[in-house]
Amino acid sequence: MWELIRINKRKSLFVLILMFILMVSFAGAVGAGFYPENYLTGILWGAFIGVILWAVQAAVAYFAGDDIVLHFNMAVVVTPESYPQLYNIVEEMKIAAGLAVMPEIYIIESPGLNAFATGIRSEKTAICVTRGLVENLNRDEIQGVIAHEMSHILNRDVLFMTFAGVMLGTITMLSHVMLRGTAFTNSNNRRSRKKGGLPGGHPIVILIILLFAIVAPILARIFYFTISKKREYLADASAARLTRYPIGLASALEKIAKHSSVDFVSKITAPMFIVNPHFAGVDEDSLFSASTHPPIYKRIAILTQLQHGGKVSLENYQKLYEKELSTSGLFSKTTLESDKSEAVRAESTEKFTESRTDVADIILANTGFKIVTCECGLKIKLPPSDIRMKVVCPRCRKEVSVSGRSAAAAENDGDELVFRRKNKNSWESFPCQCGNFTFQLSPLFRGTYVVCKRCKTKVKIEYPE
Amino acid sequence: MTFLVIFLVVVVVCVLTLFAMYNKLIGLRNIVRNSWSQIDVQLKRRFDLIPNLVETAKGYMKHESETFIKVTEARAQAMSAINKGDVKEVGAAAANLDSALAKMMLTFENYPELKANQNFLALQEELTSTENKVAFARQAYNDAVMGYNNAVEMFPTNMVAAMFSFKQSDFFEIEDKAEKQAPKVTF
Repeated sequence: MWELIRINKRKSLFVLILMFILMVSFAGAVGAGFYPENYLTGILWGAFIGVILWAVQAAVAYFAGDDIVLHFNMAVVVTPESYPQLYNIVEEMKIAAGLAVMPEIYIIESPGLNAFATGIRSEKTAICVTRGLVENLNRDEIQGVIAHEMSHILNRDVLFMTFAGVMLGTITMLSHVMLRGTAFTNSNNRRSRKKGGLPGGHPIVILIILLFAIVAPILARIFYFTISKKREYLADASAARLTRYPIGLASALEKIAKHSSVDFVSKITAPMFIVNPHFAGVDEDSLFSASTHPPIYKRIAILTQLQHGGKVSLENYQKLYEKELSTSGLFSKTTLESDKSEAVRAESTEKFTESRTDVADIILANTGFKIVTCECGLKIKLPPSDIRMKVVCPRCRKEVSVSGRSAAAAENDGDELVFRRKNKNSWESFPCQCGNFTFQLSPLFRGTYVVCKRCKTKVKIEYPE
Repeated sequence: MTFLVIFLVVVVVCVLTLFAMYNKLIGLRNIVRNSWSQIDVQLKRRFDLIPNLVETAKGYMKHESETFIKVTEARAQAMSAINKGDVKEVGAAAANLDSALAKMMLTFENYPELKANQNFLALQEELTSTENKVAFARQAYNDAVMGYNNAVEMFPTNMVAAMFSFKQSDFFEIEDKAEKQAPKVTF
C-alpha cells in the first residue's frame, strides 16, 4: 500500500516541476530586465541567480528546517515518562505505519488544538502537538490526529511542501525585487535610468516582465495550494487506513476546528499544521483563496461517511472524495488494485465528554433555537429564522427531519391548507410545507388567502372570533 | 554486427529487469518478516506486563483467583505457540488470551480502590497500549503480506517468483473477525 501511495506523488511531482520551470523562467525574465544590453546574458544570469537563491534556501531548510520550526514554536520534547499516553499512541501508529524510526514527539505550550509533522529527511522526523490537543481529545481522536501526521511523514509530504514553499518564497522575493526595482536600478545602475526607475530595455519587454512579475507569484500560489490541499486528503485517507477508525479523526477535526488557533504560528509554518491555524473555522473554498488546507467540513463529511459505510478502504475514500468535491481521482488505479482491505475496528471504550456544550444547548433551546440530533450523533442547531422541515446533516450527509416542525400550514382541511391565526393583532409567521418559504402576516393583514412565493401553494387564513 | 549489438542490449535489459524484480520480491519478503517480528515483540511485551498487573490486582481482589488462573494459563499457552512460530497457532492462542484478559478487566470494575491505585492505572495504560500495538502490528503484518502476495501472484513478478520459488505468506487470521472479538473493556 505505502509503496504505491508514493507513486501517486507523480502528479504532485509534475506540479512541482511546473513550479520550478515557472521560477527559473521568471528569474530569467528578471535578469533580462536588469541587463537590457544583451537579453540572453541577462536571462542566463537571472536564471542562475534564481536557482542559487532557491538552492541555498532549500539547503538550509533541508538540513536545519526541522530545528528552526520546532524552535520557533517553542516546542518541548516528550518522553515516555512525561506523557505516557501520547508516547504510546505515537508508538502504536509507528507500528501500524511500519516506520523504521520512531519520530520524536514535541509539545507546544498552547491551549489551542493543533498538530504538525516535520521530517524532511526520513531518518529524523518529529510530530508536534499542542498541549490543548492532548488535554481535550480522547484516545481515539488523538490517535486519528497522530495517524494523519504519521501519514505526512510516510508520504514524505514535508519534503515536498518544503521545496514547494521555498520556490514560492523565491518567486515572491524576485517579484518584490522586480516591482520595487526602482531603488536598485536608479542608485547604481546607469543602464536603466531612462524609464522612470523601471528596469531598462524595450518597452514591450518591460511590459512582459512586469506582467510576469504580477502573474508569477499568483500562479506559484495556485500551484502550491493545489499540492498542499491534495496532500491533506491523501493523509486523511492514509490515516483512516492506519487506524481503521476514520470517525476518530473526524471527531478530532471537529473539535480542532473550534479552537485551532495557535498564537505564535508564523505564516511560513502554517501549511504544516493539521488544520490551518490562521483561518480557524473559516471555510475557504475558492481556488484563489490563500487557504493551505481543504475545507474542514468536507474532510469531516468524507471521513464520517466512510465509517458509516462500514468499509474503510481507499476505494471508498476515493468515491466519497469525488462525490464531495465533484472532481476525480485521488489515487491511481494501481493503488486501488493493490489495497482492497476494508477492515474497520470498534471504538475504544473511552467516552466523549461534552458537558459544556450540553449547557450551551439548553441556553440555545431557550432562545428559540431548534436542536436536532442526527443518527451520527451530531447536534444540528437551527436558529429561529431557519424554518426548514428537513436538514442535511453537515457531518454525515444524511437527511434529518426536524421534529415538532410540521408546518402549521399543513393542517389539512379538506383539500385546502389552512392556517388559523391565534392573534390577529400581532405579527405572526409560519413556514410553508415546502420548507423554503416563511409566510409573514402583519397585524393589519385581513386577507383570506396567501400564496407561497416558492412553490405557489395557496394557504387559507382563518381568524379567531 | 548491428544485430549482435541489438541482441546484447536486449539481453542486458532483460537481465537488469530480472534483477530488479528479484530484489523487489526480496524487499517485500523482508518487510513481511520484519512485521512478523514486530508482532512477536509486542506479544512478548504483553506477556511481561500480565504478571505485573495480576500481582498488583491480587492484593485488592481476594476472591477472583479463578480468573487469574485462566489468564495465567492462556498466557503460557500463547507463549509456547510463539516459540513454535506457527502463524495460525499464534493467532488462535492470542485470541484466547484476549478473551481471558477481557474477563479479568471486567472484574476490575467491581473494585473501586483498585481503580484508584496510581500504579495500577499506569499498568492499565501500558496494557491498553500494548493491546493496540499488537493489533496494529498484526495490521501492518497483513498489509505487508498483501503487498508481498500480490507481487508473487501478479504478472510479471510472478514469473520471477516461480523461478526462485517465492511462496505466498499466511495472513494473520482474518483481521475483521479478530477486530470484532477484540475485548471491549471499560476501565
